Amino acid sequence: MTRFIRHRLFWPLVILAGLLLLNLFFTDNFFRIQMKDGHLYGSLIDIFRFGAPLILVSLGMTLVIATGGIDLSVGSVVAVAGALACLQISDLSDQNSVGGVLGAVGIALVLSVILGAWNGFLVAGIGIQPIIATLILMVAGRGLAQLITDGQITTVNSSPYKLIGGGYWLTLPFGIIIVAVVLALTAFLTRRLALGLLIESVGGNAEASRLSGISARGVLMMVYAFCALCAGIAGLMISSNVSSADGNNAGLWIELDAILAVVIGGTSLAGGRFSLGGTVLGALIIQTLTTTIYSIGVPPETTLLFKALVVTIVCLLQSPAFREKAFRRRRRPVAPSPATEEKVRVSA
Amino acid sequence: MLKRISVLILAGATALTMAGCGSGDDGSTSAGGSSGGGDDKIVMGFAQVGAESGWRTANTKDIQESAKTAGIELKFSDAQQKQENQIKAIRSYIQQKVDVIAFSPVVESGWDTVLKEAQNAKIPVILTDRAVDSKDTSLYKTFLGSDFVEEGKKAGQWLVEEYKDSKDDVNIVQLEGTTGSAPANDRKAGFQEIISADPKFKIIASQTGDFTRAKGKEVMEAFLKSNPDIDVLYAHNDDMGLGAIEAIEGAGKVPGKDIKIITVDAVRDGMQALADGKINYIVECSPLLGTQLMDLAKKVIAGEQVPQRVVTEETTFTQEQAKEALPNRKY
Repeated sequence: MTRFIRHRLFWPLVILAGLLLLNLFFTDNFFRIQMKDGHLYGSLIDIFRFGAPLILVSLGMTLVIATGGIDLSVGSVVAVAGALACLQISDLSDQNSVGGVLGAVGIALVLSVILGAWNGFLVAGIGIQPIIATLILMVAGRGLAQLITDGQITTVNSSPYKLIGGGYWLTLPFGIIIVAVVLALTAFLTRRLALGLLIESVGGNAEASRLSGISARGVLMMVYAFCALCAGIAGLMISSNVSSADGNNAGLWIELDAILAVVIGGTSLAGGRFSLGGTVLGALIIQTLTTTIYSIGVPPETTLLFKALVVTIVCLLQSPAFREKAFRRRRRPVAPSPATEEKVRVSA
Repeated sequence: MLKRISVLILAGATALTMAGCGSGDDGSTSAGGSSGGGDDKIVMGFAQVGAESGWRTANTKDIQESAKTAGIELKFSDAQQKQENQIKAIRSYIQQKVDVIAFSPVVESGWDTVLKEAQNAKIPVILTDRAVDSKDTSLYKTFLGSDFVEEGKKAGQWLVEEYKDSKDDVNIVQLEGTTGSAPANDRKAGFQEIISADPKFKIIASQTGDFTRAKGKEVMEAFLKSNPDIDVLYAHNDDMGLGAIEAIEGAGKVPGKDIKIITVDAVRDGMQALADGKINYIVECSPLLGTQLMDLAKKVIAGEQVPQRVVTEETTFTQEQAKEALPNRKY
């Protein structure tokens, strides 16, 4: 039991369960999942569907944070990827041609990787602080997205493109499948191969890693490129879900949500270790919170306060130092002698 | 000192680019090139918010075209949604001694100083589209723009008319604009005022969709699950309505029939959906205020009295009207 409680994913799980429980009491049919038009339909499915882009962005962010960096530009990359793909598709003579859509998706993803490599070059090549290096692209990228869309909302009418973020495959939302594939691939690369270890060692001490023969530069470049690729895929999902690209608003502030998801998941901002499972849980908590707010009808004026409150509680519960204090205080009247308590804790 | 120099350089740069654009335009319209000759040609400095939406771009285009037809020389600047850029632009207009300054304030507050400077330079100021919260109304001549409360009322009136024979409750969900923004507050208030006269109209859920398609869709998905009986959707702009339509279709319902949809704005994509029968009614919020602006500018410079508040000429669209209007739609 104690081992279960000590597990680092225990508290995020408790929080997720708590949010779902809130819905059990306040929202009718929250847990009902039905088949509609040949696909699954329900609030829980929605959480996964709308949470998919955030999970992807957070995955990339996790690896960046594991190297002790941070990537503020993901929201802009989201906007750029969506804008470029929609622009390409709107130029097609037949918007429903699968080949054309694949081409557009490919170009958008290649550009995302280039943008990520640019971040990596600034951080690893020139040695600019990650927060500043990526801030450049955060500002410039949104401008780029607006340039691509001409400041307009570009609407496309393409069913193959629609599939990415708004479609279904084998009754499941296609976005969830993409997330599952990317997550499995990332987990395999970082946990089954040595890559995860290399990332953690660069995050722990880049200089020491370099001296022990790890190409810290290469690892950093790759991690930033991967993060941008994830953001690019998320951008395709977001724009495909509404069949339009909005250079101004797509992915706005998603970098903050992603960082929050990573932190809730138990990855330290100082770098050196990371938890992919925790990040996915963190992103799901954030999306569940958003859906909860809509479902139980929190008035829009108090939405931000409500969110802030929940996030504060989450962060406090996640902090071992806080838990230590809070639980000791509660236990004190039961066990008046702190010395015995200490002993019990040690033996346990 | 340094700051002043940089402002001067900026003003000079702005003036140069403006001149560049202006001369290019002149060249194309009158090949003879009568530039510099117009002594009594009115010069207007216009500080635009930015180009954040199709609405805004149409607004810019209309002002530029109207200025040309009205024979007013337009100096145009784009503030990219930043107040400091707009203040800089207005200061440069004051230094260039334009005849009249018009601008759409990015935010409501913080304009007193720069407006005072314009007043001291005896340059009249006209506000377009958005208001300022300054207590001293003598700082600007007039405010030309849409009446958002009226837009909400028009939406409410159509709803009351549509359901006048029905005795059953009408369940309404509302997608609000960005929380705290003037259009969101006023469109909500106006709508509420009209429908509250009859208790059968019930707003069962209301949530912000931030004026975007993506949020509109996400919120509507949640509404559809937590409220099985939705009769009407009222969205504060077309884009949220368009996002919600996708959510409604995803839930296996028919937008426009199972759930009636009212929106505000009338941008092209919205009008298309209206003509296709997916939206039932759109209240126009027109960006085409150029002609009215030029008329007001001429009157102000001629020293004529103008009303403190001028409302943009706007209309409403039903599905049939949308089909007729769509081919000639400018934005």
